[in-house]
This record gives sequence, structure tokens and C-alpha cells, in this order.
Amino acid sequence: MPQNYVPIFIFALVAFLVAAGTVALCALVRPKNPFKTKLMPYECGITPFDNARGRYTVRFYIVAILFVVFDVETIFLFPWAVQFKLLGLFGLLEMMIFLGILIVGYIWIWKKGALEWV
Amino acid sequence: MSIGTYILVSLVKIVLALLILLTAVAYTTLLERKVVAHIQNRWGPSRVGPFGIWQPLADGLKFIFKEDLTPPYVNKPLYMLAPIIALTTALTSIAVIPIGPWIRLGSVNTPLQITDINIGLLVILGVTSVGVYGVALAGWSSNSKYSMLGGLRASAQMISYEIALGLSLIGVLIYAGSFSLSDIVNSQAGVWFGFIPKWNIFKGQFVAFFIYIMAAYAETNRIPFDLPEAETELVAGYHTEYSSMKFAMFFMAEYANMVTVACLASILFLGGWSGPVFGPPIVQSLLPVFWFAVRVFAFMFIYIWVRGTLPRFRYDQLMAFGWKFLLPLAIANIVVTAFVVAVK
Repeated sequence: MPQNYVPIFIFALVAFLVAAGTVALCALVRPKNPFKTKLMPYECGITPFDNARGRYTVRFYIVAILFVVFDVETIFLFPWAVQFKLLGLFGLLEMMIFLGILIVGYIWIWKKGALEWV
Repeated sequence: MSIGTYILVSLVKIVLALLILLTAVAYTTLLERKVVAHIQNRWGPSRVGPFGIWQPLADGLKFIFKEDLTPPYVNKPLYMLAPIIALTTALTSIAVIPIGPWIRLGSVNTPLQITDINIGLLVILGVTSVGVYGVALAGWSSNSKYSMLGGLRASAQMISYEIALGLSLIGVLIYAGSFSLSDIVNSQAGVWFGFIPKWNIFKGQFVAFFIYIMAAYAETNRIPFDLPEAETELVAGYHTEYSSMKFAMFFMAEYANMVTVACLASILFLGGWSGPVFGPPIVQSLLPVFWFAVRVFAFMFIYIWVRGTLPRFRYDQLMAFGWKFLLPLAIANIVVTAFVVAVK
């Protein structure tokens, strides 16, 4: 029933108000005494150098792309699993073929070294 | 029932659920400090009230009255928004979790959850996925090297283990045939041979159960997967530049996520609120909630026990474990489960 979804939105709104309200409340009562060294970025006591948003390893991009591939697969599996008994043998075989293609791709990315971190 | 009553009942349940959840979060911190202290042969908090039971209140007050530093070099809107996103999503994911069967109060017949929808599990997965934004934005907007690295690590780790987490649920869905969490609990009713309960973990989903638990530990950034906030190498990870209540909100979000994960594990694999029900009517209606709470408490205790026992992974080990071990294992579990159910 569509009206059953309404409480979730109310809950999200209340949770947001609780979170934002806490921040606002603290802004009212907190002390404020900043000075220059206190406001510096934390780098274990040395003077900060270089840009914090500099270059970082390409591995993070690869992980993000692999995530997209496998997450779409997960989403595809969810409705199949719920309707599993209804789909019968046809659904089972079709999903096995799909998983087979996916596993071939998985072995390929493994051999290519996309899963190695170093 | 009329729309007015429906909204009113929902609001009452929402306020109650938030109070219970936030209290649980506060007292999990105390439980954690106490248990870890005893594991390490210390006493833990013991000064504020008997056995330190007012410690969470004292901590909360202290957090409120601490100076909240907003460094000038941060991206201010995102810096403010990140902890709010983290906490909001962590709290909202509890909305569809049932803590007991339907109950009757006067003329109102209502489930013991905020709302019972037929895609409950998907809502939880979706809402917790948005929580990654809180962590990633906190790391990026802080404009500090440690925060940046912590945020990157946390995002990569959370999306990697989300796949294993999602795949481990497929077996349960094949057995239950529904996304509704109360349907999943009801599908586990009954016993074999008079004493073995028909929980999913005994229906052959124990591999999925362990995949779920490990992936969930990684999702909530807990030891042994707490690389994003590894204090020996990254100071505090993505919340290095946060102070006062904003810092506390990341921890509240983490503990709220732990509660959600514990509730989900009980519902999906351990039969939810099933257990012996006896006694007068009022006790009968409350016992399922008690059995559910026992399971959730057990999971929370195991969380803390693991924290007190295991060391931390290295980052390449963490990634290899998720992608090369949990993922193929989860796919194998799906194939085996599908064939077993099809043959039956």
C-alpha cells in the first residue's frame, strides 16, 4: 500500500531534525576561542605543506568501477530470488547462464590484476 | 483506521523508536568501554554513578559544551552537512525493522515497527548506502590529508563489502520469497524433530550468515576492518578535523548502524522474535520483543568481544579478502542454494 511509505519519510524528516537540531543547539552553548595554530590542519605538529586534495592511487577508481558492475548484478539477483519458486526451471537456468558470463568476467579481471592492491 | 489516527500512531512510534535507538546507542558505548576494559584487565568507567551507568549522559553533556571548531580552510556547507547525513541515514534505516509481531492496543491494531512495507529490506540497503556519502564528504570537505585518505579508504571499503553483503542475502530471499522483514521472520516459524528451529541459519544458510557478519563488520568500520579510522596511521581518519558534537555524531551513526546490523542479522538468519511464549496475556505479547532484544544484545556483545580480541587487517589484505574470498564464496552460496531449493 502506498500510504505505508509515508511514515518512512516522516521518520527521515524527524531524524534529520534531530541531527540538525543537535548541531544548532551546540552552536548556541559552545565556547568560541579560536587562534591561528588551533585552526591549522592537523598534520602531527609540523607545518602543513602541499595540497590535501592531491593525487592518489588509481586503485580507488578501479574499485569504484568494479563496484558498479557487481552492484548492478546484485540488484538483478534480488527480484529473481524473491520470485524464485514462481520462475521455476527456466528462471534457474537463465540466472545460471547470467552468473556464468559474470564469473568469466570476474576471472578475467582477476587475471588482469584489477583486484591486486599493490 | 482513519488517516489522522494513522499519522498519530506513526508519530508516536517514531518518537518511541528514536528514544529507544538513541538510548541503545548511548549505552552501547558504555557496554563497549566496560567489556573492553574487563578484557584488558581494567575496570572501565566506574566513577559516574554506580558501575558508571551515568557515563553516557556525562559524555553527552561534555560533547555539547565543548568548543566546536570549524577550520577556515574547509568546504563549509559540506563540512556541516556530512555528519548530519551520516546520522540521519543511520537513524532512518531502523524505520522498517520489526521488533515483534502485530499487537493490539485498545482499538488500534498495529505492527511493532514504524511501517510494514513489502520492500523493507531494499529500503534498509538503500538508506544505508546513502550513508557512504556522509563519510566520503566528511573526508573530502575537511581539506586535510588524513581526512582525505580516511574518506577514500572508507568509501572504497564500504562499496566493496556492500556487494558481498547484498549477495549474502539472496539465499535468505530464495527461502522467504519476500522483501518484507516480517514475512521473512514468519517464513522461519516452526521446528524440525520438535527442537531444531527452522531458522535460516539451520536451513543451510550458515555460510551466508558468516559472509553477512563479516561484510557487516566492514560496512560499519569496526575492528578488524576499521582501516578508515586506523588511529596508528591516519590519526582519526575522516573525522580528524571534526570536534565537539559533530565528532560525536559520527560515532552515534556508527553505533546506530551496529544496532541496525544486529537487528537485521537476527531477523534474516536467527528467526527474529521467535521463542517460547507463555504466561498471562500481557507477558505473552511482550515476550517476542524480549527474545528479539536478547538476540540483538548477543550480536552487540560479539561486536565488542571481536574488538577486544582481533588486531587490524592491512589495507591490501582487506581488499583481497572482500574481492577474492567473500565475493566468490557468496556467488557459490547462491548457486548451491538455488539448486537445493529447485531440487526439493
